[in-house]
This record gives sequence, structure tokens and C-alpha cells, in this order.
Amino acid sequence: MFFDRKDFISLREINAEEILYILSTAETMKIVLRQANKKAPHLRGKSVILMFYEKSTRARMSYELAAQYLSANIVDMTLTYDLGEENSLADMGNLIDQMGADFIVIRHPMSGSARLLAEHAHAGVINAGDGLNENPSQSMLDLMTIKTQKGGFEGLKVTIVGDIAHSRLTHSNIWALLKLGTEVTLVGPPTLIPDEWAEFGPRITYNTADAVRGADVIMVAKVRDADVGGQYLPSINEYRNLFKIDERLLKLAKPDAIVMHPGLVGRGAELSSQVIDSHQCLSNDQIANGVAVRMALMYLLSLTGAGSYARREETRL
Amino acid sequence: MKLLIKNCRLLNKEGGETFGDILIQDNVIMEISEEISAPKADIIDARRRFVLPGLIDMHCGICEPGYENKEDISSVSKSAVKGGYTSICCLPDTSPVIDNKTVVKYILVRSREVSKINVFPYGSMTKGCAGETIAEIGDMKEAGIVAVSDGDISVQDAKLMRNILLYSRMFDMPVIALSEDTRLSCGGVMNMGRVSAVMGLQGIPREAEEVMAARNILLAKYTGARLHIPLVSAKGTVELIRIAKSMGVRLSCDTAPRYFTLTEDSVSSFNTLAKTRPPLRTQEDADAIVQGLADGTIDVIASGHAPETPESKKVEFDRASYGFSAIETAFAMSYAALVETGAMSFYELIKRMAETPARMLGLEGKGELKPGAGADLIVADFNETHVINSSNFASKAKYSPYDGREVKAKVIMTIVGGNVAYLAE
Repeated sequence: MFFDRKDFISLREINAEEILYILSTAETMKIVLRQANKKAPHLRGKSVILMFYEKSTRARMSYELAAQYLSANIVDMTLTYDLGEENSLADMGNLIDQMGADFIVIRHPMSGSARLLAEHAHAGVINAGDGLNENPSQSMLDLMTIKTQKGGFEGLKVTIVGDIAHSRLTHSNIWALLKLGTEVTLVGPPTLIPDEWAEFGPRITYNTADAVRGADVIMVAKVRDADVGGQYLPSINEYRNLFKIDERLLKLAKPDAIVMHPGLVGRGAELSSQVIDSHQCLSNDQIANGVAVRMALMYLLSLTGAGSYARREETRL
Repeated sequence: MKLLIKNCRLLNKEGGETFGDILIQDNVIMEISEEISAPKADIIDARRRFVLPGLIDMHCGICEPGYENKEDISSVSKSAVKGGYTSICCLPDTSPVIDNKTVVKYILVRSREVSKINVFPYGSMTKGCAGETIAEIGDMKEAGIVAVSDGDISVQDAKLMRNILLYSRMFDMPVIALSEDTRLSCGGVMNMGRVSAVMGLQGIPREAEEVMAARNILLAKYTGARLHIPLVSAKGTVELIRIAKSMGVRLSCDTAPRYFTLTEDSVSSFNTLAKTRPPLRTQEDADAIVQGLADGTIDVIASGHAPETPESKKVEFDRASYGFSAIETAFAMSYAALVETGAMSFYELIKRMAETPARMLGLEGKGELKPGAGADLIVADFNETHVINSSNFASKAKYSPYDGREVKAKVIMTIVGGNVAYLAE
């Protein structure tokens, strides 16, 4: 398997083989995580910069741990740098290059920001979420959970419920799931599902029962609080009546169906308490896989991507 | 309980007429044929008068709760049956606004208590009819609304309107959106034109309606939602709708008799009784509306019932309220202006006032006379001339710009759900 990428920006542009390769690498990284002494030499001498322009605890922590377990040096710029508007991402890329960093992990509120940074930096850029566009690294974690639970992807029926329009994680998930040969169904209010998604393959419905019938995997795309009671959704109450996944609906899915949500889900609004607490619901497992996936990403990029790209540039000089 | 109506004159689709009997059991039409004998049935002799499906009003202000000084469910229902209506759809701009399931249920329960007709509430598409945030449309649909409406307050925020149209697609209900750009209509009290110029009154230009109709048509086109434009008053709007329909936009519309029977000349002596919103336009507009009805561009004739207190009309024109009681005159005025003039067939008129509204709003068993349908029907006479006299209205708003007009259509009897709800003296 040849994985020749400088950056990890988008699952829309990556092929199924690459996704599966990252996932299997993550499985081997889990071995490191299970050791008493969690230290492996894969990234020794490499440096990783975390640039989080948005609040995050879990994602930042899992990147930091992943880098440390693989012996990299880490600088977290979230706390030390003024991320004001006047500092352009292009300039930041140049700056970091001059300091010789190997990886930049970026989360930014504007779509396309990770790509912009990647175009202006020799360092490998990992997209930890750009605006409403994609969150490919978080998506890898969801994919890992599905692979672990279902053994593979081909022919699975995956239903994604909720806010498709504003969920970058869901966008990455849709691209990956389609490439991996699953049937994707989107369900939610039409104000939160752009019709155009149907052109790329997913089926769109507004009827939750219809959407979950026969599903192997049900994923929740979280509704943003700001959208409730405004232009997109009248109230949480109405959302609950139309789209909440409860035991009754879950019975329509396959008996061994799993329910996945990105944590901090609206208890009683997006999922019923019984569903959240049932053995079919897998939020906590997903978080546990997060570190392994990020270790795998950085390791694979370091082999053929980030470090070597910088070296090639130097040789040319 | 069985009811047999003998000697009915019936309209058929081919434009012809037949005579026959109608047998009703409980609240359903069991049989329509030339000669029915039902020994135990109560018998009504229609005396070879027209028996027609009960009319369905798509645009009716009921004023309850909140404005019972103008009208209430009981008075509007008495008024409706006199006018030949067996079902009314009520606008949501009551107080409190019909924007949640509690008020929807109140309307439904209250109308069963105090009225003899079918009341189908519209839900407000925005909370408080304020045009700012989307209302709980799904909840209200569950409670019994048949469409969403903005009352008589057009939603100005285009993005919100777009989202409402999108959201409504989940429920297969029309979005009934009045066309008025309030920046253009601001300050206006009548049609902008020759008469307003002469009288020194602020005008509401036709563009105020056309601009908003065009906006909503485009939003409906791109969202694929069902849009219904009520109270079409301007020639330009008819033309826009005609074009949009030919483009395949999911669009329907209605107008009220006042827009093809009256013009701005009615207010030329500062006559506040004819102050309406949208305002009465010109003869050119009225002719275009008749043309639109004749060629099918305009789908429905609604009453546009908008009762106001008589006191609110006895003030300066600028301060006077908009609207008048119209549900008792809508059928007679439409018949006079459309059928008697030959602009439209009688069958088509009834269709636009009964069958089409029922189909648009998904009212099962309403709007048609056929076995299996609900027993909502009227007996009407067209042979004698009557003079409209608003002091006899059952509506609380006992005034009308039509006072003194001679009309032929007269409702003799109204049957709702198999029960006689009105019998003319």
C-alpha cells in the first residue's frame, strides 16, 4: 500500500484503500496503547504544532496524547498565541516552516482553512475540523468503531439523523461511507439537509421511521443549539417529536444495529435516555479509539508525507 | 338517521344538469340517483332547486379568540351557513395567535361547541405571526391544522420564508403566504393611482403585491415547496402566477369577490367600508382577475371575510380599519360577476369554491357531491332577485359596500354533516 500524502485534509479526496490502510494502522497503534509503558519511537525527533482556533477539549487532548505516545515534540499554540484576525493562515504556515515543524493540526471556524494552510506550509497539515466543511480525523474514529463492530463496510445500511448542513463530521462520514460501499440515508428537517446531497448518493427522507428501518448503523448529527427557535427549527420539542431516536424506532433497525453519537448529545431530544444507556449505543467506545486513529495518521504522514516533503525541498536547495 | 332530499337539480361535470334524489345516512351521502325511495327517511323537497356541494372558504377571519367584539366562532358560523359555506378555514392572526397546538385544539373544540360548520384552522408559519422565527408547524399539523399561513401579515424576511417553505415540505401542506412588501406599502391606505392622487390619500402600489409574489414564487420554485398566494388583487400578480405555473412551480392562488366586483372607485368618497387590504384596485385589475379565473390561473375564490366593528369604520379614512364582512355575499356576488356575465360556467364556479379548496387542503370527503362524501350541501335558488341588506347579516359586522346591490343567488338551505344548519325564512 502506497500512502503518499503530505496532508490529511478531506475524505472527499481520499480513496477507499487509503481509508482502510489508516484504519488497519490504527489497529496496530492500539497495541501501543495497551502497553504499560505507552511510548513508541515512531515520531522521535518530529515536532507537532496544535493550532485550535475553536474551543475543544477532547480532540486537542487526543492529538496531544497521540503525539506524545509516539515520542514527538508538541507545541500547543492554542493558549500561547493570539489567534487574531490580522494573522493570516498563509503567514502562519511560513512562520511554522521556518521553525522546522513537521506537523500542524488545525481546527478553524472557516471552511477551506486547512487547505489554505496546507498550500502555504511544507509541514504536513492535519484537518481537525474546518468550518462546516469536513472533520476527517474525527470521522476516521467513527469508521473505526463501525469496522470493529460490523467487521467491514460493504453493504451496510447507515442512517444519519439530524443536522447534515452544519455538521462537518457528518460530511466527512458521508464521503467515506459512500466510498466504502455502504448505503447512506439522511434524515432530518429539510431546513438542515441540503437536497443536493442526494446527487452524491445518499437517500434523503424526512420520515425517521422510514430512515431507520433495517439500518445497521444509526449516527446522530448533533443539532446546534443556536439553530433551535430561530430560522431552521421551531423548538427542541418539535424536533423530538419528529426525529428523536427512541426504543420504538430502534426496534425497526436491525437487531444488532448500533447507535453512534459524538458525545454531549441531547439526552431525551436527539436520543432517548434508554437508547443512550443501552448496550447498542457506542459513544464512549468511539472516544477510546480517538488516540489510536490520530497516532496512525501522524505516523503514516511521517513516512511518506510531512518529513520527507520538507527534506525534498532542502535537497533541491 | 336517514335524510332523503327529493327533486334536486344537480350539476354535472359535462356542464349539463340532471334531476334526482340524494339519500343521506348519518353524515355521509349514500346514494345519488334519479329516484330513491327510503321509507324511514326524513324527506326534504328541494322543489327542483339546485343542490350543490357546501362551499369551502380558504380565507376567513374568525377573530376568536381575542377579538370577539368583531366576530366570534358562533357568529361567523351562522354567517357562513347563510352564505352557503359548510367549511371555513380560519386565519391564525387571532390573539393568542394560532401558532401552537394548544390554540389549534382550542379552536377545534370551541367550534364543535358553538358552531354547526366545519372549522379547519390554519397555523401561523411564524411564532406570534411576528415574521421572525419559525413556528411549531409539525406539532400543529398533529393537532389538526390544514395549512400554514401568515394571516394578513406577509413575512418580509426572505431567508426565513425560504426556510419555512423547506420545512413545510415534510408535511405536504400548502404555505399560504400573502404578498405584500411592507416597505413599499408602508403608510398606504388604498390603491396607489388615479383615485389616491386626487383624494390625497397615501397609496399602496401594485408593486407591493407583485414584488412579494415574485419573491415567494422564486422561493417556491427553488425549494420545491407548495406555495399558495391568497387574495390576488393586481393584474401583474395574475400574470406572474400564470408564468410561474407554466414553468411548473407548485403554486396555487385565490382571490376574493371584492377584487373582481369592486374597484378603487368604491372608496372615492372616502368610503371606509370599502377600505381593504390588499386594497381594491382598478377596473383593469378586476378584468385581469376575471380573466385569470376564467383561464384557470386563479384556482380558488375565497370569501376574504374580514369583519371589523362598525365603530372602526366611522373614523377618518386613514384611521379606519381594513376589511368587511364578506362570507354572506361571496357566493351571490361571484355568481353575478362570473356566471351571469358568462365569464365562467356555473360548474366551474362551484368547483373553485368547493372542490378545489378541498383538494388543496386535503379535506377528505369535502367539496363534492358523490356517494361516500360527507353530507355537506346547500340548496340554492337563482330565479328571484334579492337586494343585499347588511342589517340582516348574521355576522357581527353589519355593514357592506354591497348594500343595495341586486343579486340572484340565494341560499335556501344549508346542510352540514347531514343536519340542517340553516333554513331561509
